[in-house]
Amino acid sequence: MRKKEMIAMLLAGGQGSRLGVLTRKVAKPAVAYGGRYRIIDFPLSNCINSGVDTVGVLTQYQPLRLNQHIGIGIPWDLDKKNGGVTILAPHVKTGDSGEWFAGTANAIYQNIDFIDSNNPEYVLILSGDHIYKMDYSKMLAFHKENGAAATIAVMEVPMEEANRFGIMNTEDGDKIYEFEEKPENPKSNLASMGIYIFTWDRLREALIEDNSIHPDSDFGKHIIPKMLDEGQPMYAWRFQGYWKDVGTIQSYWESNMDLIRTLPEFNLYEDFWKIYTNSDHQPPQYTAAGAKVEESLLTDGCEIYGEVYRSILGPGVVVEKGAVVKDSIIMAGTVVGENTVIDKCVIDEKCKIGKNVQMGVGENIPNEAKPNIYNTGITVMGMNSIVPDGVVMGKNCVIYGKTVAEDYPEGRLESGKAVVREV
Amino acid sequence: MKAIGIILAGGNNDGRLGVLTDHRAAAALPIGSCYRAIDFTLSNMSNSGIGKVAVLTQYNSRSLRDHLTSSKWWDFGRKQGGLFVFTPYTSNEGSTWFRGTADSIYQNMTYLKRSNAEYVVITSGDSIYKMDYRKVLEYHKEKGADITVVYQKMEGKDLSKFGIVEMDAEGRLEGFEEKPQQPKSNTASLGIYVISRTLLINLLDQAIPEGRYDLVKDIIIPFIKTLKIYGYEYNGYWSAIGAGTAAYFATNMDFLKKEIRDSFVTEYPYIETKPKDEPPAKYNAGADVTDSIVGSGTIFEGKVEHSVIFRKVRVGAGAVVKNSILMEGCQIGRNCVVENAILDKEVVLSDGQRIIGVSSEAPAVLKKGTVL
Repeated sequence: MRKKEMIAMLLAGGQGSRLGVLTRKVAKPAVAYGGRYRIIDFPLSNCINSGVDTVGVLTQYQPLRLNQHIGIGIPWDLDKKNGGVTILAPHVKTGDSGEWFAGTANAIYQNIDFIDSNNPEYVLILSGDHIYKMDYSKMLAFHKENGAAATIAVMEVPMEEANRFGIMNTEDGDKIYEFEEKPENPKSNLASMGIYIFTWDRLREALIEDNSIHPDSDFGKHIIPKMLDEGQPMYAWRFQGYWKDVGTIQSYWESNMDLIRTLPEFNLYEDFWKIYTNSDHQPPQYTAAGAKVEESLLTDGCEIYGEVYRSILGPGVVVEKGAVVKDSIIMAGTVVGENTVIDKCVIDEKCKIGKNVQMGVGENIPNEAKPNIYNTGITVMGMNSIVPDGVVMGKNCVIYGKTVAEDYPEGRLESGKAVVREV
Repeated sequence: MKAIGIILAGGNNDGRLGVLTDHRAAAALPIGSCYRAIDFTLSNMSNSGIGKVAVLTQYNSRSLRDHLTSSKWWDFGRKQGGLFVFTPYTSNEGSTWFRGTADSIYQNMTYLKRSNAEYVVITSGDSIYKMDYRKVLEYHKEKGADITVVYQKMEGKDLSKFGIVEMDAEGRLEGFEEKPQQPKSNTASLGIYVISRTLLINLLDQAIPEGRYDLVKDIIIPFIKTLKIYGYEYNGYWSAIGAGTAAYFATNMDFLKKEIRDSFVTEYPYIETKPKDEPPAKYNAGADVTDSIVGSGTIFEGKVEHSVIFRKVRVGAGAVVKNSILMEGCQIGRNCVVENAILDKEVVLSDGQRIIGVSSEAPAVLKKGTVL
């Protein structure tokens, strides 16, 4: 029978609703990051770089682009005869009693058969929400050394921010005695990163027991407290390094911008821990005579005739003559028309922005319809959107779909307004 | 119209490329920021639906073999077909280097015999072009040809390195001269041939035992009267980098022209290469890059003008690079000046170095791994 020491289960079914129109048609793990990558490339690359060659990817919300991106796993060397990557979607079970994944642990519970078929000793639980490089084999060594039932990766966060995280309270040797979700008066600053290693037979037992009680079984809410109550040996493994949640428009923008510093804290340019991604081909990028590019990342196939400052451009982005792109993220295949100015925007894939457009001007007024999502001055455009020539657009605006001149009275869209055209 | 492919990637072109081919076959030469020359022919094969391709190599094949370690990038890793790399080998019957292009095919006759494809497409591995061989195959069939030779009309080019063909009004070859001193026409053979597989086997079986080893001189030219040999005109972009350092330089610089770049880079089907998974190119404060193509993983802090920059290059602050080719992994220190130059892979220039060549026709060339 097949035997794997450790396999990974990657939870990639979440919508990431705080990313607004960026996740309207795609699951959060499939959102582009750093020009060339998608968020899920980080955990997938970490897996193969750590020697974990069997990965189940659990999908649920808008899985199309995620499925296309992962394919059979070739870019990550996960196209393997024995192991490799498997997409695990919710499915109908005996007696037509299909069900959605109702919680993080419930999703794993519903895929016990997949895990059993790999006969692993340990299971690594990951999410597709974070940007980081981690050697899971070191975490596994720590887990084995302690003879733990579960090991939880933790980050030290500033004490005053600890109330925003799930906090692990530990005794000597980082053995966990208590887990508190967003505690008012935190006793420690060890924040859970949502990365767990479980000894499989222990987790299997806990999943089966807990799912009979909680149909929405969740690791943070149910499984970890339950195993702690039972007195199972659980340890916190301290991670040091760059780790960013990219769950909001602002944090997404910031963590992209972290990459453009002269000496970025998060370094993609080192050879020994490469991040792999699926790009159908990787042609050269062209910067024309008269163009100006500074403090920016430009991915393959970009054609720059205008100016680009402090920005990150995905594959095949075209910036026409006279156009200026500042402090922005522009994803694959988008075209920025002549003399258009884009200031602090996030523009999704395959958009067409006309000539003489101005985006991101005026006052920082939060978005009218969704003030909790768009409120830091960033204007966001969803994939395949079109903006006609000459439009002047404010901050915290939202554009989605093929908009036309009539959508912009007097050629303007004030800060905080949205134009959404369903496709 | 099933066809198999043969890519002749053996030569170093008689040393015409100097130190650039000291340690690599011309087919392995880096081109256009992220490709190697053979990517163009391999992609043409794959994009033309030719799923079984042999690469015949002899001279310094290490970097070529390294490039071809996996055939999946060109979609050749299939149960039917695939990519075969043949080098000279030793057996009980002794060992022989390939004594010529025809001999290199003859020594790998099993590849031809184990196929049931009707046709063979034979090409060189060091030409830069995009061609749908299916169109040549259709023409070949339509004419009822025995052999089809692809040619191009070349105005104002030095033709002394080419085979010159002459045809009648129907396109049937009347003359074929290899590298004539006085070319009779400007129609040059591109070294791309279509021939029926069984005919090729027969012709090789006759020629090789008689000590005739060259594909053009011994397999095509002697039969110009007895076989139906037709010319097929191709008028798209085509460049042979093997012609010399100046041709190699010019071909790279051609990628700065939009229509040429687009034809390879943005127009489907694409030219595929072995992916290197480098991050995006990074332009730091002080970067001033214009009219240049850039490979991924490169970091700029200085000035670059009208140049071809490959992957993982570093250009330091205050440095000026003009009209040059910097191959993968080159590191240009601060305040260096590089002009009219080709820096082979992993050349490292310490701060303040000056490398200045005469012109695009006579660029300075630094060999791989030079440290100054």
